[in-house]
Amino acid sequence: KMLIIRSQSTEPSLYTVKAVLILDNDGDRLYAKYYDDTYPTVKEQKAFEKNIFNKTHRTDSEIALLEGLTVVYKSNIDLFFYVIGSSHENELMLMAVLNCLFDSLSQMLRKNVERRALLENMEGLFLAVDEIVDGGVILESDPQQVVHRVALRGDDVPLTEQTVTQVLQSAKEQIKWSLLR
Amino acid sequence: MIKKFDKKDEESGSGSNPFQHLEKSAVLQEARIFNETPINPRRCLHILTKIIYLLNQGEHFGTTEATEAFFAMTRLFQSNDQTLRRMCYLTIKEMANISEDVIIVTSSLTKDMTGKEDVYRGPAIRALCRITDTTMLQAIERYMKQAIVDKVPSVSSSALVSSLHMVKMSYDVVKRWVNEAQEAASSDNIMVQYHALGLLYHLRKNDRLAVTKMLNKFTKSGLKSPFAYCMLIRIASKLLDETEGGHDSPLFDFIESCLRNKNEMVVYEAASAIVHMPNCTARELAPAVSVLQLFCSSPKAALRYAAVRTLNKVAMKHPSAVTACNLDLENLITDSNRSIATLAITTLLKTGSESSVDRLMKQISSFVSEISDEFKVVVVQAISALCQKYPRKHSVMMNFLSNMLRDDGGFDYKRAIVDCIISIIEENPESKETGLAHLCEFIEDCEHTVLATKILHLLGKEGPRTPQPSKYIRFIFNRVVLESEAVRAAAVSALAKFGAQNDDLLPSVLVLMQRCMMDSDDEVRDRATFYMNVLQQKQKALNAAYIFNGLSVSIPGLEKSLHQYTLDPSEKPFDMKSVPLATTPITEQKTEIAPIATSKLPEKLAPSRQDIYQEQLAAIPEFQGLGPLFKSSDPVQLTEAETEYVVRCIKHTFARHMVFQFDCTNTLNDQLLQKVLVQMEPSESYEVIHYIPAPSLPYSQPGSCYTLVRLPDDDPTAVSCTFSCTMKYLVRDCDPNTGEPDDDGYDDEYVLEDLEVTVADHIQKVLKPNFGAAWEEVGDENEKEETFALASVRTLDEAVGNIISFLGMQPCERSDKVPENKNSHVLFLAGVFRGGHDVLVRARLALADGVTMQVTVRSSEETVVDVILASVG
Repeated sequence: KMLIIRSQSTEPSLYTVKAVLILDNDGDRLYAKYYDDTYPTVKEQKAFEKNIFNKTHRTDSEIALLEGLTVVYKSNIDLFFYVIGSSHENELMLMAVLNCLFDSLSQMLRKNVERRALLENMEGLFLAVDEIVDGGVILESDPQQVVHRVALRGDDVPLTEQTVTQVLQSAKEQIKWSLLR
Repeated sequence: MIKKFDKKDEESGSGSNPFQHLEKSAVLQEARIFNETPINPRRCLHILTKIIYLLNQGEHFGTTEATEAFFAMTRLFQSNDQTLRRMCYLTIKEMANISEDVIIVTSSLTKDMTGKEDVYRGPAIRALCRITDTTMLQAIERYMKQAIVDKVPSVSSSALVSSLHMVKMSYDVVKRWVNEAQEAASSDNIMVQYHALGLLYHLRKNDRLAVTKMLNKFTKSGLKSPFAYCMLIRIASKLLDETEGGHDSPLFDFIESCLRNKNEMVVYEAASAIVHMPNCTARELAPAVSVLQLFCSSPKAALRYAAVRTLNKVAMKHPSAVTACNLDLENLITDSNRSIATLAITTLLKTGSESSVDRLMKQISSFVSEISDEFKVVVVQAISALCQKYPRKHSVMMNFLSNMLRDDGGFDYKRAIVDCIISIIEENPESKETGLAHLCEFIEDCEHTVLATKILHLLGKEGPRTPQPSKYIRFIFNRVVLESEAVRAAAVSALAKFGAQNDDLLPSVLVLMQRCMMDSDDEVRDRATFYMNVLQQKQKALNAAYIFNGLSVSIPGLEKSLHQYTLDPSEKPFDMKSVPLATTPITEQKTEIAPIATSKLPEKLAPSRQDIYQEQLAAIPEFQGLGPLFKSSDPVQLTEAETEYVVRCIKHTFARHMVFQFDCTNTLNDQLLQKVLVQMEPSESYEVIHYIPAPSLPYSQPGSCYTLVRLPDDDPTAVSCTFSCTMKYLVRDCDPNTGEPDDDGYDDEYVLEDLEVTVADHIQKVLKPNFGAAWEEVGDENEKEETFALASVRTLDEAVGNIISFLGMQPCERSDKVPENKNSHVLFLAGVFRGGHDVLVRARLALADGVTMQVTVRSSEETVVDVILASVG
């Protein structure tokens, strides 16, 4: 009856994640992906993000219950990462998503997980989240797999099958990744 | 153009955001280079990133501009740049609902999904399913089936998860892929396993047998994926929940075995599942509590949080099961995560002893301002429970609550505090003045109308009867000056009660009332004018009837009666006694902290049970002349459980008649009963005047028959009677499978248990919020008093319970609660006797050797007093 009690009729489901957010240290949205209609409008979403930020940015507490939802979070330098699920959700599953996201980005950004590096590699972030959560379902939880799938360097394709432009492209890509520290 | 590579910008410090001042129109302008040949992958990639960034920021794209950009983007499929292609998939998904004609990319995506590039295949499947409808899904069905069983995990997972998304829209197509999903479930890859299990369950969840089989298979063979284990545990506990009976089942054994899994996520899921099962025994809970106890000392905050939150849940129902964890919980009350600390403390408050309360409350007040409203409500709930458990602690709690009331917080939080303070005031008379003072302070600056009116109502009820009523007047009148209409109206009603109760305050109240008569709002003015006129009469009886105790009629009933009156013009004034009484007391509801989730629902005045009966009975022609329904009893069982026929009776009392409604159920599947009626033989001069049979009672479909009885006119004191009851009917045997009955039937009968009519059937409960005023109003004209000895009763509680249920009257002034360690008590009861006569009972009880009871009865009708005393004696 009270807010802590899990409804007995909860339907077993793969839909685990309600939202993934990344805010900067002013609480502004750098990335936000909502997977259901808990906050249907941009206005409601931004209000929720503001509330989340106010309640979490001073403490490094990892987990909180806000607006009836479980929020797991992690901060690094000037970035705040959040994964949000229902209050009935297994907290450790949400944590697995958060850790996977953070570790994947950490590898992609060569451990340089801060706002500037992230902004310069937004496509990497977009692709990484797309590999981790699909429509609220956890798609992958292993950061190695995620990085492998995002940082496509064409290594898988035998050289003979590549055109000259492709080889050049592939080389460019590799240079780009190495520049992005 | 592309700022990101600007040297200057690079040096301008980490505050810069290359996306900060993006203009949607400028970006869409840039998107024109998608059409240039050759394609510049790098620039195009950057522009797509900007578009997705803008969408992600919540920027609105119009259909035309989105469609234009989308079509330009499709050209980028000509490039073989892998990152660019992946960004195209993302753009397709992001724009699926904004742009028109997104299906234009179907063939490109189908090509990628079936192509050689593994890195394209998974994302292409997911993008394709995002833009596909049922018809198109059938066209790619072959590819989907192949993809589900593909040996590349990302392809298989993508296909399974996309299928899951499609189930809602295209169940009939997706269900044909169940064999492929089955095959994928035995994959070595942990995510594929998980996704396959999820899809299989969704396809089979309505087929209990199939789900059970699937569970058996996977619990035996074992799985590698911890996610899949969690899913299995959820499915198993759902099945268990739907199964009647105990936990002596392989499903429970499976969940319990998961407590020994090597993955914490699985262990926690299993422990949580066990804790949330209804009717768990202490023995079944113990292993789950043990693992949660271990988690309490984990270095991971999320795990500590999960554990203590679950233990808190256990403590609500089984505090003793958690006592073993008290030491671990003590260690958590200083946890840097305040949510964990709060949960630990509120759990300890439930499991700990009275002596630890002060210490824990002190600890929690040191950080209560840092926690979220959700947890503040948890704290208030814990306090509320504590106050009931340890009434002596109310002053500590009250202090704490008043501090919380001053803090910032939302409506749910404030409401929880106010409800908690009100319940403390009601339970502990000595805390009344402190509590009222805190609430007065709160309404001085309260933005919630609902709470302000609730508190004003309470002030009006309790304030006038405190030693110093005058001090509340200022707080109340401030509301009249400062607040919204609803609050002003509530304040006027509260003021009137002070004037009615306290003669020395009356002159000032009248002056204030005069001012309220100038209010800009109709309702406020009407109330002020009404109270002004009543108060000026200075008559106790008027005050009691119109200010303290209000109307006790059913509101839907009043509406109906008034409507009837207007339809039928007559010289006679409208008679309030013809209106059915309200069956549930409106004002003195038990204050409970409602769950937060439902707080947004508007409160609705549902018709009461009696309103529904009134309607049903009025539809039967034979009952039309009986007048308004006075009272309906609770159902009385007239058969044992699990007999051939199940019969229960509801007694409906009218002014001069009673209708007995027999709800009958035939539990024999080889019989059809017809013309069913219950024959009644009264022991007294009650007269059965009509039987209305139930025409037909097929197997397991309940039906009702009625018996109409006239009450004895000549002897109004004959209120009790015993009826012997026999059910009579025609049996037609029938085929149990088809229900087809034989042509012929035979008469039969079935003896039911006796039915008693008692004095309680003639009295309707009515709540008098101010019993004293009502007592004066009725007066002592017909007062009678008698003393009885209740020899067989051992405690005051028991005596009070017996009297209430015997007379069927409403206890007032919370006198149904006997304070602990007292050997005398006064019980106040109020009701209306059949025919519309108010009746009040004051019972003084003394405990010595057994209970002695002095009963004083007042009523506007002398016979009623005699009836009550005669029936008690």
